[in-house]
Amino acid sequence: MDNYPVLIVVAPLITALLAGLFVWIEERLSYPIVLAGLAVSVFSAINVLIQVLASGSIQYKMGGWPPPIGIEYRIDLLNAMVLCLVSGVAFLNLIASCRSVKQEISDRAGSYYTIYNLFVTGLLGVTATGDLFNLYVLIEITSLTSYAQVAMGDRDRGPLASLNYIFIGVIGASFYLLGVGYLYIQTGSLNMADVAAIIKDAPASSTVLTAFILCILGIWIKMALFPMHVWLPNAYSYSPVVFSRVVAPLMTKVMVYVMIRLMITVFGYDYVFKTLHLADAVVWLATIAVLAGGIMALAQKNLKKMLAYIIVCEIGYMVGGAWLGNRLGMTGAILHILNDALMTFALFLGVGNIIYKIRNVDLTDLKGLFGKMPWTMGGFVLAALSIIGVPPTCGFFSKWYLLLGALEKGAYHFAAALIISSLICAVLFFKVFEICFFEPALHGLENPHSHGAIEEAPVSMLIISGLVSLSLIAAGFYSGTIVNRIIIPFLG
Amino acid sequence: MNDLLPLIVAKYNYWMYVILMMIGLYAMIAKNNLVKKVVGMNIFQTAIILFYVSIGYKTDASIPIIKSSDTAHGMVVRAADYINPLTSCLMLTAIVVSVATFGFAMALIVRIYRRYQTLEEDELRMRLSE
Repeated sequence: MDNYPVLIVVAPLITALLAGLFVWIEERLSYPIVLAGLAVSVFSAINVLIQVLASGSIQYKMGGWPPPIGIEYRIDLLNAMVLCLVSGVAFLNLIASCRSVKQEISDRAGSYYTIYNLFVTGLLGVTATGDLFNLYVLIEITSLTSYAQVAMGDRDRGPLASLNYIFIGVIGASFYLLGVGYLYIQTGSLNMADVAAIIKDAPASSTVLTAFILCILGIWIKMALFPMHVWLPNAYSYSPVVFSRVVAPLMTKVMVYVMIRLMITVFGYDYVFKTLHLADAVVWLATIAVLAGGIMALAQKNLKKMLAYIIVCEIGYMVGGAWLGNRLGMTGAILHILNDALMTFALFLGVGNIIYKIRNVDLTDLKGLFGKMPWTMGGFVLAALSIIGVPPTCGFFSKWYLLLGALEKGAYHFAAALIISSLICAVLFFKVFEICFFEPALHGLENPHSHGAIEEAPVSMLIISGLVSLSLIAAGFYSGTIVNRIIIPFLG
Repeated sequence: MNDLLPLIVAKYNYWMYVILMMIGLYAMIAKNNLVKKVVGMNIFQTAIILFYVSIGYKTDASIPIIKSSDTAHGMVVRAADYINPLTSCLMLTAIVVSVATFGFAMALIVRIYRRYQTLEEDELRMRLSE
């Protein structure tokens, strides 16, 4: 079918609106409607990936208008992979979140599902689109819905965290919009492929340089690269856990995808690495981000916040890898988009299961959890090992590519940061394991947050978290295939 | 210095948008009251809207609606007679985004006020650290 590329985005959009209507009619129906929309999306994304693998990239013209005037969706190997990832993670999270939503935000479940699907629509659209302004609009859809979901979380701090997130998010998106404006001045076009063709032939001008800097800066703010990361830990840790589970793996990773798309497709490899001399400075920035993220994670006393700082650290990996300017580094960065999304998803699924049972994840609340929730903790350990980078989990392979890339470039500081941050992650997670394994469990009366005895989380949540944790090993075993079939043909 | 003045006069629209944007950014960073911050955010977004609209403008051009009577008599439509409609159209979308953001931020402020009875950031920080 020719319409799969657009179905990926339209199915969750329409079901979001339907679910919004059903909030007034029959709220219980919102959940199956939203789930069906995402199922269509996953199905179409997998079909698109198969199609792209078989016969090269797909162009979809919206409403039949040809590209420079109309909006086009252009799906190549890279975004076909990211589309599968985003829709898959969103779908699995929705299955796992049915029980948590009932517990955490039961009075607003219907509205939550509506916003959730709009959020996923935005992420999928950002990934699929081949138009610069369309990208801005979809980024704003994603951001607006994530502000709303953060505000639904912690009743005391949620709204304030959300407001700070809005301020920074607006600055980031506005910078990106300004950059697109300068590109439009220079080229008179908004289509990515068209813009790329025009600026490739034109002599380097300060307008293009301004556009590049503004776009990249805007995207960096959105992805929380180190000095611009302050909004992330609060926003992710005060939001409802059903939402942190999907925003933590997806939002920042999709923004990394946008950065790579801008660097490779729009501005072009030659412009970014030969005309400009920014790459070394950015790799240094990424090095600092990796170390700072790790060190700040060490200082946290809450598991959710600790994981949020680990995301800041992982963003440093991907930005550094992409800016190393060689094939290995870029391969590592793209592979890490996939792997890091899966690892973070697995970690946050574990956190979700724990929160479902004991409501709070301060490190001191976790005492004796291995005995009480063995399956959840098993999945969590697997994900943690992957973050640390223990083979055969997938985290090892992307770190390996990043490391090889850094050594080939001679960026020893970045290579050192990769190794040091792996050690920091090992320290962090073994601290958590120690508390969970060796310290005696608190009993109902001592732990103010638990209601009755702690036991294993519901089966629906366990199956998903087990599945995702096992997928980490599968992704590790198949990482060679992913690199050979998807990333190397994409880089050309 | 002699070159600077003509540069400012010739491209005053760009200077205006940068000044407005910086006013907005200043309010977002330096003001203590949350409503003032949100207003600063709105000024920031409006500056970008002005930037876009001004890059589509042409001197002595009219609105981009081609009358059917003009084309019927075989008159050639000259692009220089019409302003560029695309940038204005893009900004319709951006206005919708900024209205949605502004409305949502205001709704959050109402919730914050109900919970803490204040909108001053330093007081909020004191309440939160208690």
